[in-house]
Amino acid sequence: MTTPTQATTPAAARTRTPIGAPGRLENDAKGGVGTSPQRPDGALKVTGEFAYSSDLWMDNMLWGVTLRSPHPFARIRAVDIAAALATPGVVAVLTAADVPGRNVFGLELSDQPVLADDVVRYQGEAVALVAADHPEIARQAAKKIRVDYQVWEPITDARAALGHPTWNRLHDHPAEDVELSRSAAAIHPKGNLVRHLKIRKGDPDEAADVVVRGEYSVGMQDQAFLGPESGLAVPDGEGGVDLYVATQWLHVDQRQICTALGLTPDQVRLTLAGVGGAFGGREDLSMHVHGCMLALHTGKPVKMVYNREESFFGHVHRHPAEMRYEHGATRDGTLVFVNCDIYFDGGAYASSTPAVVGNGGTMGIGPYVVPNVRIDAYGVYTNNPPCGAMRGFGSVQTAFAYEAQMDLLAAELGMDPIDLRVRNAMAEGSVTPHGQTIDSPAPVAELLQRLREMPLPAEPDGADIDLRSLPGGVANSTHGEGVKRGVGYAVTYKNVAFSEGFDDYSTARVQIEAHQGNPLVVVHTAAAEVGQGLVTIEQQICRTELGVENVIVHPKNTDVGSGGSTSASRQTYMTGGAVKLACEAVRDRILTLARDRTDAPLDDAALVDGNIVTPSGAVLMSIADAIGEAVIEETREHHHRPTEEIDPETGQGFAHVQYSFSAHRAVVDVDTELGLLKVVELACVQDVGKALNADAVVGQIQGGSAQGMGLAIMEEIVVKDGKIRNPSFTDYLIPTILDTPPMPIQVLEYADPHAPYGLRGVGEAPTISSGPAVAAAIRQATGLPLTRVPIRPEHITGT
Amino acid sequence: MQLSVNGQSRDLELDNRTTLLDALREHLGLIGSKKGCDHGQCGACTVLLDGRRTNACLVLAVTCAGREVATIEGLAGPDGLHPVQQAFVEHDGFQCGYCTPGQIMSAVGMLEEFERGWPSAVTGEVQPAGLTAPEIRERMSGNLCRCGAYVGILAALTDVASRS
Repeated sequence: MTTPTQATTPAAARTRTPIGAPGRLENDAKGGVGTSPQRPDGALKVTGEFAYSSDLWMDNMLWGVTLRSPHPFARIRAVDIAAALATPGVVAVLTAADVPGRNVFGLELSDQPVLADDVVRYQGEAVALVAADHPEIARQAAKKIRVDYQVWEPITDARAALGHPTWNRLHDHPAEDVELSRSAAAIHPKGNLVRHLKIRKGDPDEAADVVVRGEYSVGMQDQAFLGPESGLAVPDGEGGVDLYVATQWLHVDQRQICTALGLTPDQVRLTLAGVGGAFGGREDLSMHVHGCMLALHTGKPVKMVYNREESFFGHVHRHPAEMRYEHGATRDGTLVFVNCDIYFDGGAYASSTPAVVGNGGTMGIGPYVVPNVRIDAYGVYTNNPPCGAMRGFGSVQTAFAYEAQMDLLAAELGMDPIDLRVRNAMAEGSVTPHGQTIDSPAPVAELLQRLREMPLPAEPDGADIDLRSLPGGVANSTHGEGVKRGVGYAVTYKNVAFSEGFDDYSTARVQIEAHQGNPLVVVHTAAAEVGQGLVTIEQQICRTELGVENVIVHPKNTDVGSGGSTSASRQTYMTGGAVKLACEAVRDRILTLARDRTDAPLDDAALVDGNIVTPSGAVLMSIADAIGEAVIEETREHHHRPTEEIDPETGQGFAHVQYSFSAHRAVVDVDTELGLLKVVELACVQDVGKALNADAVVGQIQGGSAQGMGLAIMEEIVVKDGKIRNPSFTDYLIPTILDTPPMPIQVLEYADPHAPYGLRGVGEAPTISSGPAVAAAIRQATGLPLTRVPIRPEHITGT
Repeated sequence: MQLSVNGQSRDLELDNRTTLLDALREHLGLIGSKKGCDHGQCGACTVLLDGRRTNACLVLAVTCAGREVATIEGLAGPDGLHPVQQAFVEHDGFQCGYCTPGQIMSAVGMLEEFERGWPSAVTGEVQPAGLTAPEIRERMSGNLCRCGAYVGILAALTDVASRS
């Protein structure tokens, strides 16, 4: 296949193109919506040819490194760069004074300096930059920068931070409202409160026959994507810059970079380099502005690649949460009320904290119908590492609490935990705690019933236990005397796409021309492919809508309108919807051209297998003949239906465009003497509305399930006095193939009439329900309350 | 020094502190092997050194003189993808793909180890009876995949093992 006419000039063409800049993706796979064709980047990824952001290269490039604060809270008295700058091989050393534009950035609130000016608010905050001709020289030079700190005692407890007597030392000035800010986010003008969300529904004094109370906490999880933060900034010689970077949302990066550099969007062009996983951790800026600053200052391309330790400081994490819940029910198990207080520790800067509070609050009691609800959810500034987006943001934390409460209530009532959940399950037409009527299928009860009907894995044979199958494997410390098996269930839900009145949209440009007698399509969006398979989905939609086989995926860059964020399970819905709209516009143009060539009525004609066909299937002409020499190109935005800001006092409103429901059953063997665990099986049932690519859907469910399980039993960034204690893969554990059990999965397809093809966002839901199911199984096996995750061996053994 | 990579002898002038991984990536332009942690914790840099699985980030390049280094770039033949590569594509053994070169090289080495009759920690008898799921899990546990494509990786390797 040869390259067709280019729709636009790629950003890379304007300057020298780095080795490893993305090319067009094309393959011989076939298959439209509802099939599972091979991904266009698949062969490149298995041969090692696919270049990631850390693989970019230019022969004359410099290497940039970042000097970070060792203190979680300190005033910077002075910075002395002389010794660093004098190091042979060093080309530039930059500090806050060198930020060309405004020294501020932020995803939802502009509250974080590009380089710390007078105060550092977390350990790892960027203070200075070095560019040198070798990465080791740059690192050694950075160590020679002398920063004189006046060290302050950090504020590290979210609840203490609210009302702390020194609160206004954290943020001297009120954070600014920017485009992304939900005005529903009540930003405290001076304090540590980022957002307080209140939900008040029904009667706060309603009495119940049975009341259960619990306090729960969730540790700080890391996205731990394997491809570290990295990119290459290339100056264009005219004051502008091209940035090749791994990210989740090119256009929101571009907006923040322009502000910090004092440049216009046409001067700051971004191209998505290969992304080695994201999971929310690339939604905020990392090296973006720093690399551009060094490139513009030196006039040379600058590459920056974080190492693993720096990566733990280089991106936001999942908010730790402290939660207090009170559930009241009648004797027959009907929920009467739920009250809860939820504290999210946002760390030093806001990042996505307002949205995390929004999700954690509005969906904070789970997919259940409850007439009387009081929820207070807080997002708080502290001197801990900044927290923001991670898969299932806001909902993962609360799910551990509300599902533990449901089990506690079931035990108190003497009910089966599934029966209790089914009795109170949301369904289509139910009203959420924030007063939104669910207006598409909500098969909560069916998810649970299907899970219950799935066969359980075989019980271990008590007489002849294979030591190798025990928790801890062949460590062989016991002979299984203390091993008990538990089974736990959880059902959860989460919003898809952006909420609370935000005008969420994606853009797609679709071009078609006849090439060697065959129609050839190029699809161009700025929506980030981070591994989930969006590039495959874009091809599939074009094939279905335009009746063609050959679809090329254009590199993702800012030469086309925003694709929105690859987050909130939104890209297939939003960018998939945009591609569909652009295809429909292209189809109309093709039919218009065809009318010049035939008198046959075309109003009901369709594009199938390269031809224009009548409703009865008769071929009128080929698409290539209709197009002739023309190059048809259409660009469309896809906005989802409007949502509303919620009422600041009652929390009521049409806040979310769509919900995604999933349920898990976990089977866990627990060595109660050693505190060791083995997850034996993790079964999942999820409603996806319509599976555009069934294999990719299952892959998302497997991956999300593994990450949720990881938070339940092993993953935590341990922070003490504001400092990270375990910034490595030796001490921050993520599941291996040995930890990951078989995962029986059932995918339901109940179409959402409001969504393209009826689909539901898939990626986050399984991350939310898997962890609570694992925790429930461990509780069942041990009889312990286990109110904190990750559950560690000492929590089980009590030692 | 001379380094033999994928059957080709390459002349290199290196600082003697250079790791094999940096020699491959930054001096030979072979970017397929990935630097996920640089501490031997993630397995993304796995190559075969004289046929054995090795974390290239933990080996100094100067120690590799006279030895044969096999990387992901040399795996596919003139007839197309190696069976392990093909199985990873067919069974969705990856998403972002960053760990994939290391997973595949590790799998190729693992299959060879199994062929030679090497037992693993879960092998009941000294001579493993077959490449069962527990055997594959144990033998592949040094390669992290954050996308959680382990079910696909297991399926891919089960498929390859059943065909060989």
